[in-house]
Parts: sequence; C-alpha cells; structure tokens
Amino acid sequence: MKKNVSLLVAVCVLISLFAAACSPSPDGKGQVNVYNWGEYIDKEVLSIFEEETGIKINYFEYDSNESLYSLLMLGSADIDVIIPSDYMVARLIDEDMLEPLDFSNIPNFSLIDSRYKGLEYDSNDAYSVAYMAGTVGLIYNSAMIDDEITSWGALFDEQYSGQILMFDNPRDAFGIALKYLGYSQNTENEDEIYEAYDLLLTQKPILQAYVMDQIFDKLESGEAAIGPYYAGDYLFMAESNEDLVFVRPEEGSNFFVDAMCIPKGAKNKTNAEIFIDFMCRTDIALMNMEEIYYASANYEAAEEFSAQLDDGEYEIMFASEAVLADCDVFIHLPANILELYNRLWTDVKK
Amino acid sequence: MKPKYLAIPYIVWMGIFVAAPVLIVVFYAFTTADGGLTLSNISEMGRFLPIFVRSFELAFVSTIICIVIGYPVAYILSREGARVQRLIIMLIMLPMWMNFLLRTYAWMSILENTGLLNSLLTALGLPALQIINTPSAVVIGMVYNFLPFMILPIYSVIVKIDKSLYEAAQDLGADTVSVFRKVVFPISLPGVLSGVMMVFVPAVSTFVISQLLGGGMVMMLGDLIDMQFLGSAYNPRLGSAIALVMMIIVILFMYVMNRFGEGEEKAVGL
Amino acid sequence: MTRKPGLFGRVYNGLILLFLYAPIFVLIVFSFNSTKSRSVWSGFTFDWYRSLIQDSSIMNAFYTTIIIALLSAVIATVAGTFAAVGFYNMRRRWRTPLMHINNIPMMNADIVTGVSLALLFVSLGSALRFNLGFGTLLIAHITFNIPYVVLSVMPKLRQLDSNLVDAACDLGCTWLKAFWKVVVPEIMPGIINGLIIAFTLSVDDFVISYFTAGGNVMTLPMKIFAMTRRRISPEINALSTILFLTVLILLIVINVREAKQEEKQKEKLRRSQG
Repeated sequence: MKKNVSLLVAVCVLISLFAAACSPSPDGKGQVNVYNWGEYIDKEVLSIFEEETGIKINYFEYDSNESLYSLLMLGSADIDVIIPSDYMVARLIDEDMLEPLDFSNIPNFSLIDSRYKGLEYDSNDAYSVAYMAGTVGLIYNSAMIDDEITSWGALFDEQYSGQILMFDNPRDAFGIALKYLGYSQNTENEDEIYEAYDLLLTQKPILQAYVMDQIFDKLESGEAAIGPYYAGDYLFMAESNEDLVFVRPEEGSNFFVDAMCIPKGAKNKTNAEIFIDFMCRTDIALMNMEEIYYASANYEAAEEFSAQLDDGEYEIMFASEAVLADCDVFIHLPANILELYNRLWTDVKK
Repeated sequence: MKPKYLAIPYIVWMGIFVAAPVLIVVFYAFTTADGGLTLSNISEMGRFLPIFVRSFELAFVSTIICIVIGYPVAYILSREGARVQRLIIMLIMLPMWMNFLLRTYAWMSILENTGLLNSLLTALGLPALQIINTPSAVVIGMVYNFLPFMILPIYSVIVKIDKSLYEAAQDLGADTVSVFRKVVFPISLPGVLSGVMMVFVPAVSTFVISQLLGGGMVMMLGDLIDMQFLGSAYNPRLGSAIALVMMIIVILFMYVMNRFGEGEEKAVGL
Repeated sequence: MTRKPGLFGRVYNGLILLFLYAPIFVLIVFSFNSTKSRSVWSGFTFDWYRSLIQDSSIMNAFYTTIIIALLSAVIATVAGTFAAVGFYNMRRRWRTPLMHINNIPMMNADIVTGVSLALLFVSLGSALRFNLGFGTLLIAHITFNIPYVVLSVMPKLRQLDSNLVDAACDLGCTWLKAFWKVVVPEIMPGIINGLIIAFTLSVDDFVISYFTAGGNVMTLPMKIFAMTRRRISPEINALSTILFLTVLILLIVINVREAKQEEKQKEKLRRSQG
C-alpha cells in the first residue's frame, strides 16, 4: 500500500512540474484572454501574435451573442477581448459592461473603413472597433431541393419538412420571422412580435434541428437541405459541397457588424488593446478573410481580397448598396421587449 | 485533542460550499433583482409544465428500459464462473470510464439521417429511419449512457445471495422459475432501487444528451436551466426556481422509493 | 447448485456487450478515416492524431483536467479522511444530520450542484473581488469529491477494532500518534479507494465544471462539448481512441496486479495452513 501512495505522489509531482514547464513563461508580457465566435478567425494568426508580442493568448469560443452575454453576466469571467455583434455592443454599452478603449494603443484603427465607424451602436467610437461584417441569407442544397428558392418562406414550407435548420438564438430567429411577415427586425410592436412567435411555433414541427455552428456539418454532408446562416460561412461550406447555393431572400435580410470590445474590469486591458490593434493590421485581416470569407472592416484588406473574387463571390461577401437598402441592422431594444424576446424564445423552444 | 474535532474543517466547508449554495438557490428563486420577495418565478412554472412532463416521462421510460435490459444481464452474469464474472464486469465498467460526451457523440454519427444506421438500412434495402433529433434518440442516448449504473447495483446484490438459499428452495421442491420469483427477485429489489436512483436523477436533469441527440428540438429541464444560466435567455432567478422545483420533485421521488425499499426489505425479512 | 447460464443467456449478454461497444468501435474506426465523413469510409490516415497533438487548446484542456483531478483528489482525500474520522467519533445525534448534508452533492442532480455553486461563487466573487476560474473550479471539484471519500473511509472505520487505539494509548502513545500508527494503516484501503474514485469523478465531470469554471479555464470534457457544437473534426475520434486505450491499459494493469496479489495471499494461506 505504501508503495502505491508514494507512487501516486511521485506522479503528482512529475505531472505538476511538467505542467508548470508547459505553462506560459513569465517573461513579463503577460497574457490576454480572447473570446470570439466559433469558426471566426484563422488560428494561425494567434500564434503569429504570440511570437511577435510575447503575450500569451488564451483563446475561447462562444456560439451566440446571447450566450456571450450570459457568460459575462454569470461568469464575471476574466475576459479581455470579446467580439459581439452590433446590437449586443449597444446593449453592453447601455448596461455599462464595457471599458472605453485607449485608441493610442490602437493606431491601426485608421485602417478601418469609414463606413464601419460611428455606427449607431457606438456612435462615438469609444468602446468598439469593427472586425468583420456580413449579411444573413438562406443556404440550400440544390441537389436536394429542385426549386429555386427566393424567399424566407422556404423555411416555413411543409414540403421541406425534416430538412430545415433554424437559428438557435432568439434575435436571428425572430428577425427572420419578422422579415418574412414584412415587419422591421427592430420592431417594438408587441403584436408584430407575437405574430412572429406564432410563425416560429408553426415552424417547429417541420424543423430538423435548431443549430448554430452545427449547421456547417449538417449542410456540408447533406444531412439537412436548407437553413439560414451568415454569408461568409456559406463560402466556407461551398468549398466542401458544390451543390450548396446562397440566396438573400427577396423580403430583405439582416446586415451585421461584429466589433471587438473590452469587458468592464478586464485584467489585461493594454494587452487586449494590443491584440485589437493587431487584428486591424492589413496582413492579419487578409489572413482572417481568406480563412472565414467575411468582409473585413480593414479597407486595404477588403480591397486587396476582393480583387481575387469573382462577381458572385464578391456579391455574397460584400453586399451591394441595393441589397443593403433591404437589410435591417439589429439595434438594441428596450428592456421590456428584450424580456418579451426571452419569454417567447423559451416558449418556442419548449 | 478529541478526534471528533477533526471533522470541524469539513463541517465549515460543507456550510459554505454545500449548504449555502442550496440556500442561495432558494433565495434567488424567491427574490427579484432589487431584492424584493416574489412568487413570480415560481408561478412561471406552469408555463414549463410540458418540459417537466417530457423530462420525467423520458427519464421514466429510460429507467424502465434500463431495468428490462439490465436485470437479465445481472442475473445471467451472476451464474457465470468467477473468472468470467470478473471479466464481464470489467467490460461493462470500461465504457463508463470514457467520457460520456464522447459516448453520446458516437451515437450522433450512428443515428443521423445520413449516419451509419441508415446507410446500413439502405444497403439492406430497408427504409431509412428518422431517429436523430427526436425523443427516441434522447432515450437511446440515456439508456446507453446509464445502463451500467443499473446493471452493477443489481448484480452486486444478486451475487451476494447465499447459495444455500437456492439449495434450500430447490430441496423444498421449487423449480428454477419459482426460485427466481420467490427468492432471487425479492432479495434483488434493493439493487434495482439503487439502480433506479442512479439512472433516474441524471436522466431527468440531463442537458448534454438532449442537446447532442435532440438537436434543440427535445428540450428537457436541464436545457431549460442551462438556457437561463449560460444559454440564450439569461435569467438566473427563473433558472433557480426551475432548479429548485426539479430538486424538490426528485427528492420526493427518492423518498418514496426509499420508503418502498424499506417496506420490501421488511417483507423478505432482511 | 445453481446451473450455469444457458446458450440463450450468454448470447443475450453478448448482444448487450455489443451494444455497449459498437459505438466505441465506430468512433475508433473513423478516427483513421481520411475524410471528415462519419459514415463513409474513404481510406486510412493518421492525420487526425497529428492535428490532435498539435491542437494547443486541446492539450491545455487536458493538462487542466489532470491538474484539477490530482489536486482535488488529493485534497479531498485528506479532508474526507479527517472528516470521516471526526464523524465516526461523534454521537449519533450529530453524526446523522451531518452525514445527510454530506450526501447532498451525491444525491443532487449535477446541474443543480453546478448552478448553485456558480451562484455562490458569483455572489462571493462580487464581494471579495474574485472571478470564476481555476480556483472556483478546484473548489467545486473538491466539494463533490469529499462525500465519496467519506463514504469509502467510513466502513473501514466501522471495521476497526476500537481496542487497538485504546491499547496504543495505554502503551503511552498520544492520540495523534495512535491515529498515525494504528488507525491510518488500518483504513488505508478505504483511503486509496476514495482517492481513486475522487480522481475518476473529477476527470469525468462535465456539468459542474461547465457552470463553475467561468470563461477562462477549460477542462477536457468542456472542450469536447465545445467541439461537438462546432464544425466537427475527427480529432474527437482520435481523442476518444486515445482515452479508450489509456483506460483499457490501466484496467488491465490493475486487474493483473490484483490477481497476482490474490494469488500471493492464497499461497501464504496455504503455507500457513500447511
């Protein structure tokens, strides 16, 4: 028995030594904890950052704005950089959950396209730096669906029963239902929201699943035939399945900007700003674009990358003014509407 | 120093990390964000009745299936030679040591529409089955994950039954069936009961299995709680209320089962 | 004598074992598949193992898991052993309610333990200015491990002959010395057993870690959960294969050792009788 114990102690000591050797070398540069959407970066970029700056990155992923919000609220976690979308940035500013940025640490902010500056969610550009932008559309498998799809209606069409995927977050799901009904995605009219709720309820029986990033596998492998998702991710999926088609429905859609922010109380604020600055650099923005196919907010990178795209791809990544005119940008909603969203979303899913 | 004082550090620890958290859940369930007392979180429960019903129903079905499948395994196993028993017990425990997320993930790739099971069925000329993202898939996942928790306690009770009991019963003219019915089964009931508890509680509160195999379409209590804490509808007060109600129902259930168990034990004179 | 199970019984148990192992074999087979497909075989490769080892976030999660498991198991074993000795020496009136509280984390659904600890940490954290992270994760693991250690040490204490301690004390040992020299060696099998249970529970835990780790630490089960919600890579299969083989080898080693020890004991018994 004694031998057993001493063996165990020895193993403990060995492993902790090993772990200590593997953990970041304390060369004074410290670390930065980055939270990003899944599949939303070229991971190569992270090692370049560590090599160049000596700052260690702890990189984590989340799958929706709402779950990021929960994590910030509950976890009070040590997070230094987050990349929420427009409306969530506005909510976090409104609830005093973000640190104002020190732009003297972010000189590359000058490379950000002016159309991603001074936007409604952060009109003074005090808390956020735009990362990527894009639109939401329908992705379907033309080998499984013969008709040409042009409307959100396909998501509510019984003939595709069992083949349909739907967003697993309240804002995007309600957004689609509202658009299909011809309402604004930012409506504060409770009757309209309830109408959208009824539509989502009738949709549930014909759905295959509610998904976020699980959609990649399901559409690529032909497990499901149709689902709404972000434009850039379509180009990524199309690499593994040529039958996939992207369409922006005629009713109009959603245009989003995801922006880098620092949560209140972040422990490594300067490192976070160094990271944000690094992400704004043209070569880094290019690498990210090449990996994820979203439109970078860095105008140099966007220009250079668009040169290698054909017209179709260009139109998907960078929506034209005409398309954008039909798109809503989510804005932060008042507390009572947010509560209604929470309630109805739980009721849809139950 | 008296030895009983050795427990003091742990008693303090329990006070902070076992008792206090339960009290905080109760506190959250009955208060509003600004500290006022409220019953509104509890009164919301009516809305979630379908989820309560579904969770308890699926957990109940899984538990029954585990008994029906697992009991014979334990019984048959108890009659093997010692070496075989030991080997098979090891084989039954081995998958439990692998993370249950991985085991559940394995079923994803089997049950999918384009998964292995359907490939096999189509190859045999049979119609494909739509199982993934339905309650059946969740039940399969739960039975698969929790079956060993049913087999092991039943087995450990049956294997301890004194062999002379069988002989006595046989000498008195009982055939195999009645030996089983009159001797083995009543004695093994405590094993079944502890198996039921080990299967039912994790089954009723799971959120991983329902998320991986239910595709967000089969919402269970665990998902609902997760949704209020780390999911898409942040509301820890409501989440606490749901957790509290679930906890109370489960405790009542276990209390009843225990009472039932005690009664049985008395009945067979143990 | 009872009869051995018939052919039917053996076939039945064989089928159940097949049910338990088929999914694992599927995982293992497809860890060598050269494409990402999880249902069509398209050729042999080791690529997924290579990318698994190069994936620093998986390896970090692995280290975190092992460190948390070792630390929490050792701390829980020491604390749980003292607690068991303390409880054992208490009057029943005190012991019974304390044992009930001790059992709460075992009886409660994991998700309730998880969210309740999370709420505690968040409220304490805002008062004492700390965040969820490695520390809270470790505390949570210790908390759900101790009850199992207590439960595995308790029966050994009951088997302990109380005269032993008295005799030692009569011979001039202080109580503490008697405890180390007499009690601890006697209850050692229970302590070791508790340590092993604590370690495996800790390695395997997902739900409680998920709620108490905050945003900054990730254990392997949490990483696996995150991986299943992304674009799935067969790295998961490779990971499963490695874990399965590790557990298999461990179990075989343990069993061979136990068998040898039993053999030795029988040998001793025979000699002493002969």
